[in-house]
Parts: sequence; structure tokens; C-alpha cells
Amino acid sequence: MEQIFEQSPSAALKHRYDYCAGCGHGVTIRLLAEVIDELALRERTVGVLGVGCYSTSPVTFDFDCQLALHGRAPAMATAVKRLLPDRLVFTFQGDGDMAAIGTTEIIHAATRGENFTALLLNNANFGETGGHLAPTTVLGQRTPSSPQGRDALEHGYPTRLTEMLALLDGANYVARVAVNKPANVLRAKAAIKKAFKAQMAGPGFSMVEVLSACPSGWRLTPVEAHSWIEEVQTKTYPLGVLKDATS
Amino acid sequence: MANTQFLNCNRAIVEAALLSDCRFFAGYPLTPATECLEQASHRMADFGGVYLQGESEVSIINMLNGAAAAGFRCMTATSGTGLALMQEGLSHMAGIAEVPVVIVNVMRGGPGFANLAPSQADYFQATRGGGAGDYRCLVFAPETVQEAVDMTKQAFHLSDKYRAPAIILSDQMLAETSEAVDLGQPLSGDDLPEKWWATTGCEGREPIYSGRPGKDYGPHAQYLSGDLTMNLIGLEIPGRDEDTLEAHMLRLGEKYRLIEENEAHAETLYIDDADLAVVAFGTSARLIRPAIEAARADGLRVGLIRPTLLWPFPSKLLAEAAEGIANFLVVEMSMGQMLEDVRLAVQGKAAVELFSTLGGAIPRPETVEPEIRRLLGAA
Repeated sequence: MEQIFEQSPSAALKHRYDYCAGCGHGVTIRLLAEVIDELALRERTVGVLGVGCYSTSPVTFDFDCQLALHGRAPAMATAVKRLLPDRLVFTFQGDGDMAAIGTTEIIHAATRGENFTALLLNNANFGETGGHLAPTTVLGQRTPSSPQGRDALEHGYPTRLTEMLALLDGANYVARVAVNKPANVLRAKAAIKKAFKAQMAGPGFSMVEVLSACPSGWRLTPVEAHSWIEEVQTKTYPLGVLKDATS
Repeated sequence: MANTQFLNCNRAIVEAALLSDCRFFAGYPLTPATECLEQASHRMADFGGVYLQGESEVSIINMLNGAAAAGFRCMTATSGTGLALMQEGLSHMAGIAEVPVVIVNVMRGGPGFANLAPSQADYFQATRGGGAGDYRCLVFAPETVQEAVDMTKQAFHLSDKYRAPAIILSDQMLAETSEAVDLGQPLSGDDLPEKWWATTGCEGREPIYSGRPGKDYGPHAQYLSGDLTMNLIGLEIPGRDEDTLEAHMLRLGEKYRLIEENEAHAETLYIDDADLAVVAFGTSARLIRPAIEAARADGLRVGLIRPTLLWPFPSKLLAEAAEGIANFLVVEMSMGQMLEDVRLAVQGKAAVELFSTLGGAIPRPETVEPEIRRLLGAA
């Protein structure tokens, strides 16, 4: 078969990664690795990875990682960054991990202005368990645990955690991006790079939320899933920089 | 050269930790352990370490996990209700990440919120644990402030040596006891190997993935997607490599067997000719020593066995003692928790009875001595 594309190697990546067709996680991981390459920080990086489909990431990342319990990555990253202040420390969490079980840890880390970067992969469901209702599931979205669609009276409203964190004095840079089309992918990379640079310049908490497609969880084709981000998910989770106190 | 100070046990433990190269203390205020947090907040900066007050015990244990996995000696102090919230993290640190940490549990009345009075009812919590899966923690049971200082140093050493969490079981009474104590010298190099597993950035070496079990930390794609799943449902996989949870657990079990073989310890007093052995740890042991001395002074053949570690438990010593001693009396401030370990150790070769105090009540010489006399037929 004719090869119609090629992928440039990244020092920060090894092994392949196995995500569903159309999943945004692989793109996000790729962007993360490219930014670490470009900042020449691979050997000074400690990633703290939460629990979700991306828990296979240490297989992929070619730098030191700690695996956190569900929701607790910001607590681990707090300690690592305080003890090793010249390292690049980031957390990698899904919306279930960060916006459900881990709200305490992320809110207090941001409140304290912990000088690490939090990456939130928002795919509007618990992807790994099979697409179940998450705090980020949008109104009307059908999941295996909200078969009639999310109803505000029954399930409550979607959580806008990133907007909440942007209100905090300890937060330095907070942005929401998506990886559903090339222009957005480039914006996502720029945001991750800006957050990492802000961290290394210190002090302050930085965060990038990434809207990431979950075709398997959403029961959509990859193309439909990427359109759904544009047409539905960004209506609840608008893209943009929510706070920038870096200058 | 003596380094003598007059300190209560909470503060002395933190001083001993600082002398043991502990450079990260994270805590959450919880009576009767809060003075540890105070002391650390006053003193950690003098040693160039990091002190941090966290938002909950759940967060604290995970901060410790981060610090420990980055290769730093670390500590927290809490009470049973706080340690309850730490169980998930502790299980992960002990059984999967295999990282060292020292946790002080200043036991107070339970269950639940209960009260602030001394207790020993967190024995099961410490020695059995409440986290998921098979794991163990070293459990130290100091009787005096001096012993708490010495055990804190030993706890840091053994926790590092075995990459296993250590719990120091203090209690409200010991915690608030002030005594002259020789803090001694800094715990030196410890003749321990370098922490090759510390995640500090991979400069000049292969990356480390902390918290991924396995014989090494190499590629784990197969481990995640293949072997682990198959082993979980019990299927044989011909030619599978050792990088499976099963292999990890077998190795963990072997580590725990080594710890049991090498580190179990108890103080014994008058047991060579004893007809009755009192078994007690920590504050209970300290409180009832006068009863044993008084009975001895009357010619009654009673001895004391005081486990200084509760896990590993000195089962072998107790089994040997049971060859010659027909009666055991366990004295503890619980409904009878160590009692179970004593009964398991003597394997029915001796009668084992319980003297129990509950809800903040303490065993006193004048209440325990009649029980000793009754069991020796001298009432």
C-alpha cells in the first residue's frame, strides 16, 4: 500500500499507542511530546498520569512518569514540583478523573498556585469504562448510564471546571482548546507550549483543557465525532484563553 | 555525644524524622497528631525540606506518593480517621509503586469520629490495612518517647531498605507524654543502595514509570493489554514473560516473607521461668509493668512479651514461648485485636485470655494485677 503520510520522530515518544479510531488522545499526546522536544525538556520532565484510556501513556512517553490514583495526580505533582522546582511537571487527567473524583485535588492545587501544568482531556464521558455519564457530559447527551440523555433535573448540569479554576488567584494561565481539526490542533499545541513556558518561568498554576473526541464512547463515527465537538460540545465548553496573567 | 531535649512524643518524632533525612512533610490537622504538623511547619525549612499543609488526608497520602516516588524521604502524622482516608493511597504505595514513607498514627478513640482519648484499636487498620489487595506495612509500636525517636529512625531506614511504608503506632497518651530524650545523631548513609527507581527526570538514563508494577519498568504495552488481563481471569499463557501482576505479586510476597524472617522483634521480661506471659504493646505495656513487678515480688511467675513491631509480628518468639508457658494474657486498649495474632502464633498450645479497655479507658496496674493473680491461681 502506498504510504501517503509520514510522521516525524519525537524524542519524547516511544512505542506506538493504541487508541480507537478518531480518538483525540493520541493527537494530544503527540502535541505534548512535540512541545517537550521543542523546549528541550525531555530529560527534566516528570509526567503525572491519571486513570483513563491515557493510562497507557507511560508506554508511549519516553520520559519519567508517575502513575496516580484516580483523581489524585495534582496532589502528586504538587509534591514533585515543590521538591524538584526546576523540572517540568505536568498532570494528564481525563474529565472523569479531574472533574469528578479529583475536584478536591485540582481546586486546591490551583488555589495554592502550584507551579505545574494540568492537562484535562475532556471527552464528555468516562471513556474507559464504556462511555458513561461524566460531570462534563452535556445536556441531552445519551450515555449507557443516561440512556434518555443527560437531564438537568435528574443528572445535574455539566461542570465547567476550567472556568472555575480560571477564577482562582493562584492560576496563571488557563485555556480551552480542541483537537478536532487542523487549525484547532495548532492552537492546542500553542496553548500547551505557552502553559509549559509559563510554568518554567514560574510561579503559578497553568492548565489546558483539551476537547478530545471519543467516537467509541459517543457511538459516532470519527468524522461525526469531530463534527460533534464543533456543533455541540463547544457550545457548553467554548474554546479560548480563560485567563492569561503570564505577561 | 548526647543530644538531649525535653519533648513530647509528637514533637520528638518529627525531630527524629528530620535527623533521618526526611525532607517532605505533608499533613492535615487532626487531634491528637497535630503537634507533629506544627513541629514540621516550624522546623522543616531549617533542613532545606518542604513542609505542606494539604486539603485532606486523601490528598496528603498522594502528595507523599509523589514525594516518595521522586526519591525523597517523607512523612505525615494523623490519627485513625485520617489514616482511614489514606488507605487507597497506602495500598498503592505499598503494593504497586513500592515506595517508602513513614506515617505516624496517633491513635485515639474509635470507631468513626469517636473521641480524642488514647486507644490501641487501630491495630487491625495498621497491620491488616483497609486498602485494596495484598500488601503490608511495617508497623512500629513505641512504648516511650525515647523508643519513638529510635524507632522513627529505624522506620525510615527499613522503609527505604524494603521500599515498604512504615507506620508508627503512637497513641494520645504517649503523644502527650514529655520526657527527656536523646535525639542522637543524624541517621547516616544507611548503607542503602541508590534509589534507581526515583522519578527525577531521565537525564542520562532510561525513563522510570513509577506506579507500574513489574519486575522492571520497561515497556508495558503487553502487560497492560494482554498478560495482565489474561492472568486476571486465570488463563495459562505459555511463554508469558515475568512482567505480569502475578509475577509482581509473587515477588512482593517473597519480600514480605523476608521482612517477617528478619525484622520481627519483641522485648521479653521474666519469661524464662514464667507460667503466665502478659502480651502487650506500646502504652498498655508501659502502664502495666508495675503489676508485673508487684506479682514477681510476691513470687508469682509472670513475664512480659512486648512486640516492638506489630507487623511483622513476632509469631515465632510467641510460638517458642508457648512450648513452656501454659497461659497468655493479652492486655490491649481494644476489643482484642492483637489477641488474634497471639492466638494464631501459639496455635492452641496455650490458653490466651484478654484484658481489654475501651473508649479511652486505660489498663492500670491495680486492675490488671488481680487478673494476673487469678490466672496464676493466687487470687
